Amino acid sequence: MAKTQKTHVTMKVNGAEVEGLVEPRTLLVHFIRENLSLTGTHIGCETTHCGACTVDLDGMSVKSCTVFAVQAEGSEIMTIEGVANADGSLSALQEGFRMMHGLQCGFCTPGMILRAQRLLKENPSPTEAEIRMGISGNFCRCTGYQNIVKAIQYAAAKINGVEFQEAAE
Amino acid sequence: MIPGPFSYHRPASVADAIRLLSTFGDDARPLAGGHSLVPMMKLRLATPEHLIDLHGIDGLKGIRREGNTIVIGAMTTQHDLLASDVIANSLPILHETALLIADPQVRYRGTIGGNVANGDPGNDMPALMMTLGASYRLEGPGGARDLPASEFYQGAYFTALEPGEILTSISVPAAAAGHGYAYEKLKRKIGDYATAAAAVVLTMAGGKVTSCSIGLTNLNETPLLATDAAKAVIGTSLDEATLKKAAAAAVAIMAPASDARGPAEYRKHVGGIMVTRALTRAAARAS
Repeated sequence: MAKTQKTHVTMKVNGAEVEGLVEPRTLLVHFIRENLSLTGTHIGCETTHCGACTVDLDGMSVKSCTVFAVQAEGSEIMTIEGVANADGSLSALQEGFRMMHGLQCGFCTPGMILRAQRLLKENPSPTEAEIRMGISGNFCRCTGYQNIVKAIQYAAAKINGVEFQEAAE
Repeated sequence: MIPGPFSYHRPASVADAIRLLSTFGDDARPLAGGHSLVPMMKLRLATPEHLIDLHGIDGLKGIRREGNTIVIGAMTTQHDLLASDVIANSLPILHETALLIADPQVRYRGTIGGNVANGDPGNDMPALMMTLGASYRLEGPGGARDLPASEFYQGAYFTALEPGEILTSISVPAAAAGHGYAYEKLKRKIGDYATAAAAVVLTMAGGKVTSCSIGLTNLNETPLLATDAAKAVIGTSLDEATLKKAAAAAVAIMAPASDARGPAEYRKHVGGIMVTRALTRAAARAS
């Protein structure tokens, strides 16, 4: 196979079957943004540090700038565009970020929400420390994280059907 | 940042992977989790013409107990290690160390095989594998061989892997019942490589140390076993004088680089502190 020869890939993104032709070196984040025009997944540092490009891939939070699109062949992916409830209303996490002011510029928010969603699936009632460790691969340069942690606590409470009690500061 | 062009191969067996690596020689690199290699490719510090993705090989993933040995497939991720009851029960220091590597997203992809085989002095698992007396299964065109972790590392990014060989699994003796353990890692921020780190596994009886092994991360071009430091604590109750002696013996073999994590003198100094803390915490856990 010649190096620049394009490969046909198929995957399921936000529940829809998608396909495309990519060079092997095409990163998953570029496939998502440029081939699929889903630009909610952001490119931040491009060095696997910041987490802005985080998507859910086969039940894992991954930094889509560090996975090749060809590696996602046959995978199921969720991006921020697939997070809202089926009726179009905000998911518990989206609502939490809105209610708790969990964003300022919003650049990190898609990655934060995708990561927090997987965290809450694995640990539905995380402690504050577990939330902070759980989002340690996602950088926010605006909020100081305080309101992001509250947003995730809000979502956890809503998903668990209990009233959210904001901790005293 | 986009890597240079390459051809992508996804073999379904170890034999096919070895054949591809042998055919393409230096132009090929095996791809495990990719969280060291892909960033290097984006910076064009690595420009392989052929990437041999090992994700399609079923037999390379998984953790199993064989008698008194824990066998870990090379493509087992750090996340898999953290989720494993076998690891939590038989090798808790491996759980503790995996949790100190990078961040959750990286741990879903990063593999133990990649971590130990890459030869990066900053990786945490190599010194731990030496501390635990692990051995690596290496498979190549000439067949399979087992090599102790302590004989694998030759220099920064230089290992005993021969052309065409891949590391397929790691065998670790289960730690003794009642052992104490600790991995102490100083880092600038969460997710960072170690400024200095020390692994300690020991056993105690009647308040005295009966066996001890100490490994050092990122304090030399290769991971180190601090054998003199470990000898210094045998038969003692880890009193203050012994801790000082052991730390000094460990510092004596450290040769870290001066880099963004600090000058060599500083890194040796904190390296000694990591040894002291790891010994103290391990002793407190031993029964």
